Amino acid sequence: MYLLWDSWCGVCFQKLANIDLQHTICTFLLYIYIFYITIMTSTIDDSDKEKALSVSVDLNNDTSLLIDIPDALCERDKVKFTVHTKTTLSSFQKPDFSVPRQHEDFIWLHDALVETEDYAGLIIPPAPPKPDFESPREKMHKLGEGEATMTKEEYTKMKQELEAEYLAVFKKTVQVHEVFLQRLSSHPVLSKDRNFQIFLEYDQDLSVRRKNAKETFGSFFKNMVKSADEVIISGIKEVDDFFEQEKTFLLDYSSKIKDSTARAEKMTRSHKNIADDYIHISSTLSSVSVDDNTALKKHFEKLSDLFEKLRKVEGRVASDQELKLTELLRYYMRDIQAAKDLLYRRARTLADYENSNKALGKARLKSKDVAAAEEQQQQCLQRFNKLSESGKRELTSFKGRRVVAFRKNLIEMAELEIKHAKNNMSLLQDCIELFKSS
Amino acid sequence: MKMATSSERSPPPFPEDLEPEPDEVGDQDSDDGEDIFLGTDNPLEIKMDPSLSVSDITSSTKPLSEASSPPVMDLLSEPASEASSAPMVDLLMEPASEGSSAPMVDILSEPASEASSAPMVDLLMEPASEGSSAPMVDLLMEPASEASSAPMMNLLMEPASEASSAPMMNLLMEPASDDLKEPPKPDIDPLADIINDTPLSEGKTPVAAMPQEPPSDLFDDEPSELFAEPRQSNTAKQQQTSIFDEPDEDLFSEPLGEASKKPQNDFFKEALAPVAKASNVCGPLSDNYNEHPTDIFTEEAITTLPSAVSTVSVNSKTNGVHSDEEEPDIFAEATVELSLDSPRNDRKKKEAAKPSASASAPAPSVSASASKPQPKTLEELEEEVEDKFELNISITNPEKVGDGMNAYMAYKVSTQTTLPMFRSKTFTVRRRFSDFLGLYEKLSDKHTLNGYIVPPPPEKSIMGMTKVKVGKEDNSSAEFVERRRAALERYLQRVVFHPSLLQDPDVREFLERDDMPRAHNTQALSGAGFLKMINRATDSLSKMTIKMNESDVWFEEKLQEVEAEDQQLRKLHIMVDSLVGHRKELSVNTGGFAKSVAMLGSSEDNTALSRALSQLAEVEDKMEQLHQEQAASDSFCFAELLADYIRLLGSVRASFDQRMKTWQRWQDAQNMLQKKRETEAKLLWANKPDKLQQAKDDITEWEAKVTQYERDFDRVSATVRKEVLRFEKEKARDFKKQIIKYLESLLQSQQQLIKYWEAFLPEAKAIA
Repeated sequence: MYLLWDSWCGVCFQKLANIDLQHTICTFLLYIYIFYITIMTSTIDDSDKEKALSVSVDLNNDTSLLIDIPDALCERDKVKFTVHTKTTLSSFQKPDFSVPRQHEDFIWLHDALVETEDYAGLIIPPAPPKPDFESPREKMHKLGEGEATMTKEEYTKMKQELEAEYLAVFKKTVQVHEVFLQRLSSHPVLSKDRNFQIFLEYDQDLSVRRKNAKETFGSFFKNMVKSADEVIISGIKEVDDFFEQEKTFLLDYSSKIKDSTARAEKMTRSHKNIADDYIHISSTLSSVSVDDNTALKKHFEKLSDLFEKLRKVEGRVASDQELKLTELLRYYMRDIQAAKDLLYRRARTLADYENSNKALGKARLKSKDVAAAEEQQQQCLQRFNKLSESGKRELTSFKGRRVVAFRKNLIEMAELEIKHAKNNMSLLQDCIELFKSS
Repeated sequence: MKMATSSERSPPPFPEDLEPEPDEVGDQDSDDGEDIFLGTDNPLEIKMDPSLSVSDITSSTKPLSEASSPPVMDLLSEPASEASSAPMVDLLMEPASEGSSAPMVDILSEPASEASSAPMVDLLMEPASEGSSAPMVDLLMEPASEASSAPMMNLLMEPASEASSAPMMNLLMEPASDDLKEPPKPDIDPLADIINDTPLSEGKTPVAAMPQEPPSDLFDDEPSELFAEPRQSNTAKQQQTSIFDEPDEDLFSEPLGEASKKPQNDFFKEALAPVAKASNVCGPLSDNYNEHPTDIFTEEAITTLPSAVSTVSVNSKTNGVHSDEEEPDIFAEATVELSLDSPRNDRKKKEAAKPSASASAPAPSVSASASKPQPKTLEELEEEVEDKFELNISITNPEKVGDGMNAYMAYKVSTQTTLPMFRSKTFTVRRRFSDFLGLYEKLSDKHTLNGYIVPPPPEKSIMGMTKVKVGKEDNSSAEFVERRRAALERYLQRVVFHPSLLQDPDVREFLERDDMPRAHNTQALSGAGFLKMINRATDSLSKMTIKMNESDVWFEEKLQEVEAEDQQLRKLHIMVDSLVGHRKELSVNTGGFAKSVAMLGSSEDNTALSRALSQLAEVEDKMEQLHQEQAASDSFCFAELLADYIRLLGSVRASFDQRMKTWQRWQDAQNMLQKKRETEAKLLWANKPDKLQQAKDDITEWEAKVTQYERDFDRVSATVRKEVLRFEKEKARDFKKQIIKYLESLLQSQQQLIKYWEAFLPEAKAIA
């Protein structure tokens, strides 16, 4: 698989380097289209597997429904995922089956869940973000432009680095989609959802209709209304301290985590930049060593070697930080948004209830439609209570899940940082000894 | 305009005595002079001049003065005989009788009158035109009419004026030398004419009087007299003489020098000869004549010398030009600039000619430094190499002195040594940055010539220094000062580490002397950067024109290596700079993240997680510090090392260039010798025994010169080779040391990183 990837990228990059800038992107897309890449997550090594699960937090140990995405197919800028399900549940026709799904299908599933009234009291797992291959693509583009300023070696290395980045983005994409499904499957209520089961089982293309322009605008409008509504209902006095607290906490937390995510991204990028600098330094040093005929030749060679190795470690540091820290923050940023949405829905019902109370009061005053209003009021109350109850449960579990996830990731990150630093240290020590001895 | 002219003037690697002078005229008299210069399409004559060395002034004064007497006598006697013939007399009389009888009187009485200059031109022109062949007329006419009218006036006023007589001399010289190869007669004619003419115009003394004077007198006695002669205060007359005298002098001396194929060491004598002769001839004016040369050699020592010592001539001329418009500061510095790049090849000659040069030149600042005694021989110095560790230099306590834009940083230079050459074991002086630059200028003046690699000081940074001057006590200015301090320390250590440079009195003075005279010439160094650039451009241009036929593969390979390495190091330096930049960025971003995480931790409601997050924030905070330190050590240990070596490689290249220039000089001398031999053959064939002796003498002399230059070249080659090897050894040592240091800093930061994360790990695990 990697071989194929490499050869494909090779072709791609060569084209990139040679052809006109204007056409580069188009050609690039074409190449992606022509060549299907299959990523088998099963071939990803253990650590990656571990990483893949790192965000999928606090899954219950219920083995009745196990979902993973062993394959993904990159077609043009779309990704086709193979969703594999293993189940003991009787609601499924077979115990083991796979279906092809696209990113849009996931979005459809998410939207369907969100729009289900019954799930209003649940935190709907955040939808996976759209696969973003733009940034590595852009970098490739830049690399193609800058080829003339680099040595062949440097170029190759930079290319490899970008390929690795591309691959990382790809893997991450697969991972977030997988996590979405796993969250659903591990949820006691959502796992029984009909749409979800269809999503897992229906062996044809779901061929979900893409949102057309009107709908896109509609959802945008809905969001606007929601935001406005949020402002309106925020004036309503909270009846439950728990939710009051949660609300303030989540609002605060979400803004903070947004900031942290952005900064963590920056930090990670800086690490990558340093790794890139190491590439250049290493290759320049090696060309210095080629020209040098003095006693320094050996030293330059060694130094070049060292920087190459340091580069790899630094690259690892960057990607580990990305996975363990940035990705965690990013995920919880979305999850907190989902939790906030839950709060909104609950607040909405609370507002509805208050309104129905008012309506009932009016009706009583006018002695008109009292029964209907009473019923309405009762319904609202019921709904509100139900929402509050499940919301409380959901938020508590969310908190627990978050803490566990942070713990896990922070420990892992610290361990990885130590591992990399130790790696660096031994590299440096070796090199220093070599220098001193010669 | 200024720059344009200075670029024209900026001396080529082989300063040609004639070239700058017409150029100078070009500067002062707009384009006329240049026309003249361009008109002289006789490259050989010009080529020959640079190879004329001062060294011979001392070495061959006696024999050469003797050798030179016969031709001069020829010249003097022949016209005499000619003069007695009818046509000749006509020629001489004609101008005098025609338009000039009145003006002539004017000349005698009112030297400054404008009318006088024109007739003068006529006087010079006419005899020439009639007495010689047609082409010669052209040559004489054109430049003379153009150049002399204006320059003549200048002659009266300006001290640098005698430079403007160059065109005249130039054009006269050409015909003279050209014709010499053919029948000598027409050549001598105009010369004699002019000789006769001048006295005529001045004193109307009989021409016959001239040859009667014994030439031997002139050569033996006059020069010394002239040098010793006190100045007289008859200004009116003095100026008058300078009109007549200067052209005379130059006209005679140069053509004579050319005609007799005599090197320039005879120049003084020759130049003086006609003057003295003239003075003998023209009784009443003799005083003035004597007085004038004195003038030249005392007051104008620098400007007179040029004709012999191109270095000084170039300098002084620049002075003249610059002093018109610019402040003395700049002008002084310009002097140094020029003397730095251009006349390197003259230096060696000057060393040899030191006694004579310093005797004749009343120690003008530039030539003084150039003629400073050379410290011992190389061999001696090499012996002392091993003692170098007995000298420790450190630069500490950078301190701001003064306020505003006049503020500067003073550094404490402490020396610890056991070397006996220093007065005490430890001593400390305060030096400012420009002192360091001054030291470099002095050292490079002296040592680059010999092919030494003089370590360059750190570059002047207007940006950095302005920041310091403005007085912002921020990080970057502190970093700048520290960086510069370290760079200066390394620079000084490299200097004293160099066995030959350590012996230099200037180095010792720099280290020991309490009150260092202010190094003016470096003060505006950054302002003179442009000039320097132009010099470099012309230098590299001339480098391109020199096609060195490299005989030694070692040098060829080394030069290529050095150039390739320069390229690579430059690239590497850029990369490391970008690493520094990115590391700083990482530090900033880490800091931002730390703060953000701290905020996140504060709003986290799970106590354990909140605690862990604030711990993480602390770790990241330390990380920020760590990255920042690492960025600093990237910059200090690695980037600075590279910057140093990029500069040093520049010096290495300069020493290669020096070798090439020496080679070129040698080649030129060889070509000259070849020409002289051809001339001899021609003379032999034409059966001119009177000229033959002269030609033979020339050959002997040029043979000696070729040998001398070859020796110079070999010596410089050897020095360069030794220096390059030494440089490589130093470089290997230096790089190893610095890189180990750098790697250790990396190692240390990794160790710290581990420590921080290990401290964090239990916190993360404590999250429940």
